[in-house]
Amino acid sequence: MIMHIMHPQTRNGKWRRALATLPLIAALGGCDMVVMNPAGDVARQQADLILWSTGLMLLIIIPVMALTVIFAWRYRASNKDTDYAPDWDHSTALELVIWSAPLLIIIALGALTWVATHTLDPYREVGRIAAGKPVPADQKPLDVEVVSLDWKWLFIYPEQGVATVNELVVPVDRQVRFRLTSSDVMNTFYVPAMAGMIYTMAGMETKLHAVLNKPGNYAGMSANYSGAGFSGMHFRTHALDEAGFARWVASTKAAAGKLDTATYLKLEQPSERVPVMHFGTVERGLFDRAVNQCVRPGAPCMSESMHGHGHIPAPAATAAPAAAAGQHPHHPSTSSTGA
Amino acid sequence: MSEAVTKFLFGRLTLEAIPYHEPILLGTFAMVALGGIALVGALSYYKLWNYLWREWFTTVDHKRIGIMYLVLGTVMLLRGFADAIMMRLQQAIAFNGSEGYLPAHHYDQVFTAHGVIMIFFVAMPFVTGLMNYIVPLQIGARDVSFPFLNNFSFWMTTAGAILVMMSLFVGEFARTGWLAMAPLSGLDYSPDVGVDYYIWALQIAGVGTLLSGVNLIATIVKLRAPGMTLMKMPVFTWSALVTNVLIVAAFPVLTAVLALLGADRYLGTHFFTNEAGGNPMMYVNMIWIWGHPEVYILVLPAFGVFSEVVSTFSSKRLFGYTSMVYALIVICILSYLVWLHHFFTMGSGATVNSFFGITTMIISIPTGAKIFNWLFTMYRGRIRFELPMMWSIAFMLTFVIGGMTGVLLAVPPADFVLHNSLFLVAHFHNVIIGGVLFGMFAGINYWWPKAFGFKLDRTWGLVSFWSWVIGFWVAFTPLYIVGLMGVTRRLRTFEDPSLQIWFVIAAVGAGIIAIGIAAFLIQIAVSIRNREALKDVTGDPWHGRTLEWSTSSPPPDYNFAFTPVIHDLDAWDDMKAKNQMAPTQGWLDIHMPRNTGAGVILAGLSMIVGFGLIWHIWWMVGLGMLSVIGYAIFHSFDYDRDFNIPAAEVAATETARLKALAAAGA
Repeated sequence: MIMHIMHPQTRNGKWRRALATLPLIAALGGCDMVVMNPAGDVARQQADLILWSTGLMLLIIIPVMALTVIFAWRYRASNKDTDYAPDWDHSTALELVIWSAPLLIIIALGALTWVATHTLDPYREVGRIAAGKPVPADQKPLDVEVVSLDWKWLFIYPEQGVATVNELVVPVDRQVRFRLTSSDVMNTFYVPAMAGMIYTMAGMETKLHAVLNKPGNYAGMSANYSGAGFSGMHFRTHALDEAGFARWVASTKAAAGKLDTATYLKLEQPSERVPVMHFGTVERGLFDRAVNQCVRPGAPCMSESMHGHGHIPAPAATAAPAAAAGQHPHHPSTSSTGA
Repeated sequence: MSEAVTKFLFGRLTLEAIPYHEPILLGTFAMVALGGIALVGALSYYKLWNYLWREWFTTVDHKRIGIMYLVLGTVMLLRGFADAIMMRLQQAIAFNGSEGYLPAHHYDQVFTAHGVIMIFFVAMPFVTGLMNYIVPLQIGARDVSFPFLNNFSFWMTTAGAILVMMSLFVGEFARTGWLAMAPLSGLDYSPDVGVDYYIWALQIAGVGTLLSGVNLIATIVKLRAPGMTLMKMPVFTWSALVTNVLIVAAFPVLTAVLALLGADRYLGTHFFTNEAGGNPMMYVNMIWIWGHPEVYILVLPAFGVFSEVVSTFSSKRLFGYTSMVYALIVICILSYLVWLHHFFTMGSGATVNSFFGITTMIISIPTGAKIFNWLFTMYRGRIRFELPMMWSIAFMLTFVIGGMTGVLLAVPPADFVLHNSLFLVAHFHNVIIGGVLFGMFAGINYWWPKAFGFKLDRTWGLVSFWSWVIGFWVAFTPLYIVGLMGVTRRLRTFEDPSLQIWFVIAAVGAGIIAIGIAAFLIQIAVSIRNREALKDVTGDPWHGRTLEWSTSSPPPDYNFAFTPVIHDLDAWDDMKAKNQMAPTQGWLDIHMPRNTGAGVILAGLSMIVGFGLIWHIWWMVGLGMLSVIGYAIFHSFDYDRDFNIPAAEVAATETARLKALAAAGA
């Protein structure tokens, strides 16, 4: 039920407009607020949630602010016309009101929070492509593997066998399933127009499900400070239609670069403001070895060493089973616990 | 000298550590050095060293220690604010391919130092200073429970502050953000001394904070005047009690997490490293288990100040005292159940995120109740718009907005798009400036006449007030807006030129705040110059309601010649209403603690140990540790700890006070 009222375009257009007249929103109408006007459905629902929560809270904030000003003016010492009750310090009825009014708001907001947090859990597949547009039964999500490196982003498309640096390209209206990790320090992966952010952490895998609904060119970045090159650690996100995406994959496949162990290790070295790179071929299992911190030949994989085997997999080993995709959402865990 | 000897003597400290190649730092150093020489020269010229040492540095009087905390906070505010201005300038100009004027190496230290200094060495000293000064007076005590410990705590905090300041000119400070998140703060990614400065400055200052917490709890629990039951305790003292319980429960967690990080860096352990079984998420959890209660450690005393101020200047009893007290206790408990809201985006499950989101929202219920209680204290009152009251009303109007954006951030899916954004930065400045800082200014303007016997100048107080309030909104509204435009924090350069205008506005706001800070300092200077005109002999310039206003201003060393007996919540108001007469005879000797230099010496030695640890100068660490232990043992054999103020002297002081009161017609 609650989720329904959160999609005001479809059912509660009037409410939406009413909320839009709120002072906060009105004052901000002039600028390009991507968080409030995103191009992806997940971010759209998150923006609606911001509006609804703000509206709920203003129910109490506005009266409090008004009363503060009114009382301060009305009961100023120079105004002798008002009554003065120096010893009046208790009223059970008032106490009930001042505890229960915020309580009621929080109950409403808490319910909204519970439902929305579960619906918009980044580990969960999106429930719909857009308002009133369910996920087609035959549509397979696009898998993208993301590695944050010092200080650039590596995107691997396992199915297409291509990879890019500092450029994310996705088809519109198709769910994207991100698996994310970091080569060393923590970062957050954030495309404000698409969906909320998620941390990337070394030795761990996080997940994010999202979709972009409008073709376009959007900003993406690390939102978590990660050292000297952090300010330049952003990338462009291109949303293309199906055909455009297919063309892009084909042209990228034709690119000369090969993302193999040696290239990855070179890429992993700290560098700043790296221009976009394309790789036409990608060594299999690279992402899983990145999660397990065993890209470097000879390094023991975490998933292996934590199970006591301790043997060293060949660099070209296929996907480490521990961190393989397709298992049901388990929240960030070192890859070993997922096995 | 051979390399080995140099290394033994100086550890990793080399001439390279002096940043003479960085013109900004060199300029700063020149200014600090000139200022320092001028100060030292002036103190020497006026022969004040001996006075300062005897009357202030070695004092065990809670009132003087309180004032020293406030001085420390004010000095560090200037440093922390200088960092803020540097950031605002950098962000206002680093557009269109410009790198601004700060390289990453410097900028990243600036935002780290800004956070560390503002929280640990501005807000904490302000809060601790006010509690130190006011609590014993409000409960009718002669001092805190452990006066020497109080002095020691202050100097440990100062030693931490000095270490942070030292990092400006010797080596560097951390480039990690104010919480030094692992693994970035680990040896692999931060091999330099910056994080070590961070660790040891906070560890040393943390000893002071923790001990001062123990001290104030003991004071409030054991030293209340007869008749002052817990539910007759002034609300500021209640907020101090809750705050110090939070300190004693939370700070050991910070100590532990920094010790583990230190072990990773010094002993090669793997608590928070990426490999060998370490887990950085553990660091994030632990630091926030301290970090969230810390927020309430800062804001609850400010709530206490507002409760006193609103009641006094509305000339009315505080509305809903009981619910105020329970609200404090509820906030105290809940503050331990919300830490995960600082990292919803780390991928915890929806149920975990919902739990922590909802507990966070629940805190807004007692907080909201407190706001309503202040509101209804004003209702049917006679409100006098003196400076402390103006700060309180500005707080109520500003803080509710910060509270609202805070609850918004507690909704996990909303947080996913606002986390680490400038919206978040605007939110926590909204509650820390609008809550804590406004509270401290209200408190300073309110209690200044108690501490010094004259009021603060109103004109400059108004300039400071309006500059702060307007400056705050001009500086942080743009950050709320660009946060909604998807701009994240700690960026040094920007791509999108359309954002620049917002950062220019924010920089203008910071400039207005600078006027507010300058006006505050001018206000103090002008008031000291005009102290005769602003003089208050009654000791009760605002028609106060609590016990501190029953003493002279400033209060005598012993606070109360006779311990008062309490019959009502607003004890002093009650005494005035019943026309109780101050005693005029029957004076007794008063037993007092004696000043000691041990606090300065122990803290100084601890600082030397810290410096040795930072630079790996192991002989210094060893000698320093031995000296700390040795001196502590030596001090424990010092039996000359106390003295008596003879009855005759008490009689003279009190008679003079009664005469002055009679002359003033009070």
